[in-house]
Amino acid sequence: MIVSKKIVLHFPVRLVDRSIVYHLIKDYDLELNIMKASIIPDAEGLMVIEVRGEQTNYDKGVKYLTETGVRIQSLAQNVMRNDDKCTHCGACVTVCPTKAFKLDLETRLISFDASKCIACGLCLKACPPRAMELHF
Amino acid sequence: MSKTIEEINKKIKKGEAVVVNAEEIIEIAREKGIKKAARDVDVVTTGTFGPMCSSGAYFNIGHSNPRIKLGGGKAYLNDVNAYAGFAATDLLIGANALPDDDPRNKIYPGEFNYGGGHVIEDLVAGKDIRLSVTAYGTDCYPRKKLETLINIKDLNEAVLFNPRNAYQNYNAAINMSSKVIYTYMGILKPNMGNINFSTSGQLSPLLNDPYYRTIGIGTKIFLGGGIGYVAWNGTQHNPSAPRNEKGVPTRGSGTLALIGDLKQMNSYWLRGTSMMGYGATLTVGVGIPIPILSEEILEYTTVTDADIVAPVVDYSSDYPNMVSNTLAEVSYADLKSGKVEIDGKQVPTASLSSYSRAIIIADTLKDWIKNGRFLLTEPAELIPGIESGLNTKPMNERPIPD
Repeated sequence: MIVSKKIVLHFPVRLVDRSIVYHLIKDYDLELNIMKASIIPDAEGLMVIEVRGEQTNYDKGVKYLTETGVRIQSLAQNVMRNDDKCTHCGACVTVCPTKAFKLDLETRLISFDASKCIACGLCLKACPPRAMELHF
Repeated sequence: MSKTIEEINKKIKKGEAVVVNAEEIIEIAREKGIKKAARDVDVVTTGTFGPMCSSGAYFNIGHSNPRIKLGGGKAYLNDVNAYAGFAATDLLIGANALPDDDPRNKIYPGEFNYGGGHVIEDLVAGKDIRLSVTAYGTDCYPRKKLETLINIKDLNEAVLFNPRNAYQNYNAAINMSSKVIYTYMGILKPNMGNINFSTSGQLSPLLNDPYYRTIGIGTKIFLGGGIGYVAWNGTQHNPSAPRNEKGVPTRGSGTLALIGDLKQMNSYWLRGTSMMGYGATLTVGVGIPIPILSEEILEYTTVTDADIVAPVVDYSSDYPNMVSNTLAEVSYADLKSGKVEIDGKQVPTASLSSYSRAIIIADTLKDWIKNGRFLLTEPAELIPGIESGLNTKPMNERPIPD
């Protein structure tokens, strides 16, 4: 079965200068789409990737990453809406490049579909009451 | 058919008043007809919840020992600049005020995460606020420095005072340039990438009383979750704006100055707001009851989003350069559908004001009136209408002689 998942990789300082995601492609036959990468010498590295491939390969790839010391987080947990702060104005709707925010024409409430989110962060500062939060 | 505010208040006290919101009245009037609806319904409630920059609060902090004179000195609330140009212990803070060390747009676009609007929200929420004052010292007010926490419960008075709120209609903003721009109407993507608007349309207070037949100085209202009053017409009040055949202005027009005791308000309805690249502001909840004194007044409240058109204005060049140019006129019904067609292009739309919250405001006010805890007031004077000839003038800029 083919799976496609968006995940966040946290690279500890000691791994930042090693090639790692290369092995996901070469050894585990996974297709990668890098959505965001922040690799700075002597600091924790971060990469947001979409991984596509056979479930068994995906599982093996994840096992490899974990054993190497990379911490993995699912993307959906990263950008979150603070519902106490959201006023449902809708300023986010046209800013989001992946249409993760949707206006319900009946209730006039804005829904946030985390599975569409690519954690680009555009909504964070575009949100007037600052209801969108990033938890990397 | 005609009713007086006094008669309506009698019904409210008995718990017999018929109160509906400005959305419900549309259907009621369609079913019953204007005549019967005007007889049956006593009050129509409105609501709006959007960023309103011309908002602020003033308060009295009490006298310290030894005394200090704020007037003529400098004062900060959570590092945000407050205005200390009144007497010894009165302070004013505006929604757009910023800390001196905020980078503003030096790092473009600025984030404006904390400003005067946020101070007002925190104050109303009952949080302690850091007050820092420097003064010059006098014989009767010798102290020159004061650093203290203040809390709304200890203030002698805390008053929300907004010189311009509740705009009756407004521009829908678009960007005709090829780069993204950051405006008070939000982020506007290049080449007509989106349109932002800010109104509650058919629920909006002044759009339901387009000729200001009932709203005036002293009109009691829902303000920031508590009770407030119309203090005056708002600044830039422009009753002379063009109107359609139903009397609905087709451009920005009437405005209101609002006042109320901040101590009984609620931070849920006064929200510090950050407009990227533009500044800090305050999102204000306002709801105004319209007494149905006549069929004519009832008919005005039946306005629908389809009846209200907004001018589409370019914020990349026309707006900043005072070029009066309307690219298109679009109805709020279309704007609220999520996209509108401009020059053959489907442009996605977004709102900066929350319609779902506006409904809650109108319904809260409805409940207050139904439960007899909110009586209507007779305005001392109506705000200026068309007959006043008032309009908004641009600046008459003149060189200063040497």
